Amino acid sequence: MKPLASDRPFLCLLLIVIAVALLLAGSVFNSAGLSPYLANAIGQLAAFAVLAISLDLIWGYLGILSLGHGLFFGIGGYVVAMYLLKHSYEVTGRVPDFMQFMGWTELPFYWAGFGFFPYALLVAVVVTLLVSGVFGYVSFRSRVGGVYFAIITQALVYVAMLLMYRNDTGFGGNNGMTGFTVAFGWPVGSGGVVIIMAAVSVLVLGLTLLSCRFLMASRFGVMIVAAGDDEVRLRTLGYDTLRLKLAVWCLSAVIAAVAGMLYVPQVGIINPRLLAPELSLEIAVWVAIGGRGNLIGAVIGAVLVNAIKFWLSAAAPELWPFILSGLIVLIVLVFPNGLIDLAKMKLVRPMGVKRIAAETPELH
Amino acid sequence: MAGVALLVDNITVEFGSFRAIDALSLAVDFGEVRAVIGPNGAGKTTLLDVVSGIAHPKHGRVIFDDTTDVTRSSESDIARAGIRRKFQKPSIFEGLNVHQHIAIGAQGGWRRSLLPGELATRVDEVLEAIGLRDLAQRSAAELGHGQKQWLEIGMVLASNPKVLMLDEPVAGLTDDETERTVALVRGLKRADRAIVIVEHDMDFVEKVADRVTVLHEGRTLFEGSMAHARADERVIDVYLGR
Repeated sequence: MKPLASDRPFLCLLLIVIAVALLLAGSVFNSAGLSPYLANAIGQLAAFAVLAISLDLIWGYLGILSLGHGLFFGIGGYVVAMYLLKHSYEVTGRVPDFMQFMGWTELPFYWAGFGFFPYALLVAVVVTLLVSGVFGYVSFRSRVGGVYFAIITQALVYVAMLLMYRNDTGFGGNNGMTGFTVAFGWPVGSGGVVIIMAAVSVLVLGLTLLSCRFLMASRFGVMIVAAGDDEVRLRTLGYDTLRLKLAVWCLSAVIAAVAGMLYVPQVGIINPRLLAPELSLEIAVWVAIGGRGNLIGAVIGAVLVNAIKFWLSAAAPELWPFILSGLIVLIVLVFPNGLIDLAKMKLVRPMGVKRIAAETPELH
Repeated sequence: MAGVALLVDNITVEFGSFRAIDALSLAVDFGEVRAVIGPNGAGKTTLLDVVSGIAHPKHGRVIFDDTTDVTRSSESDIARAGIRRKFQKPSIFEGLNVHQHIAIGAQGGWRRSLLPGELATRVDEVLEAIGLRDLAQRSAAELGHGQKQWLEIGMVLASNPKVLMLDEPVAGLTDDETERTVALVRGLKRADRAIVIVEHDMDFVEKVADRVTVLHEGRTLFEGSMAHARADERVIDVYLGR
């Protein structure tokens, strides 16, 4: 991997992310800035971009396809929703909707402490690590991989969805959780808070990008690339790949959970549909569209597909699924490695293949 | 160092109802270059798979360095013990450059065995030996077929293995490249190292191997010098032809 200072595409993207974060920050108290509606859309896109990066780590670099990353996104989302509800309940004294539906007079015991955000954050990380760690250990230890692993992850997220549809679990059941009124003591609905949440999401996206870039440039990152290219070769060179795969898998899951924690406060609701196989499949589509094995690709894919989706679902509500699927098929046909192919074309075409060959005379 | 580097003791490997290796025994000494030859399907690559821990035998044992039983060890444990192997199809990491390959091979495990300075020296030596020093920063994906073969050999020899197994090191190479590989393999021969080569190129085998083992249908058909193998009726019948 190129040193950071000379990796211009990455620096460009990072600069854009920082600029957007600053623009959002500047719009908080300035009505001439971005509208809360637009800011909210940008914030959601940033959350999706973080989610795409998480899948890109495990699929793009390590070659392990997960079709169940919605599970970890969902864990983050549910936990942050619990924080918001408990906190709102503590501040306003208004009983959450789902409790009213169930006729409960108080929250179940396992909601204790969720009004304290650091505790909620800890729970999100611990639960994500537990679920991903146990599942990853069992799968990787028995050398389950490829399409089998993808199918099992899909089943896992489906099971989680069925579980969350139950109304008696204390997590909102089929209605999910909504009615968040207060976050960190501020009213959730106000324009300023909406913009701040978006700015935080974009900031987290920037931090995620930068830390994943450092990770992939490290010795560990070199090993990730090697294991993705030829795992048996790496094992027969003396490297046990179980720990490597498990570490990347768990890291990827935690990043997905963070994305969920950013996403849910901005859409104001979480329900089991987030755990439907569709979202988990879509994440893979974003990464494939943008270009897997490339952090920039994952971000571009997630932002582009979702921006088009936002726009089309308003402009052509009946047609958008068809237009979007058509676009996706077209892109995959023209650019098998995703839109990141565009950048390579631009680099190679003007110089010509001949000149590249002339610079490398030793090769045949 | 004298003694048996690798003892394959009465190994049987079955894939479903197919018996790839049938009660095979084989001993390779330290200091020896042994070629394992035979027709396709004779069990040559399966033998290397068993030794490197990729395939598991139904019966039998693999003993390394007279004392260590590696039959049930994992691939990475076997590699760290000092048995390294080049695959039939050049197996390299397309996303990494030449230097990174050799460094991965030289460290030979998560726990770093070499200090940064030692690592740099070792990588340099290996790059020199395989003739890829000028291409150290080049991506492995850009290398030619012969260079990929050498890169993989470099990667497995970087950790100074006691047993080095090369599966078809000259397959698909030009005559010129084959000659360079002969010199490379001869240079790898050491008193404390056993080298096992699986190869179909008989001229190459004759130039590098001290002894040959001819496998046929999972059993040993012949063991001895290449000259004797060429004269052996059974070897001619099943493999070399008249």
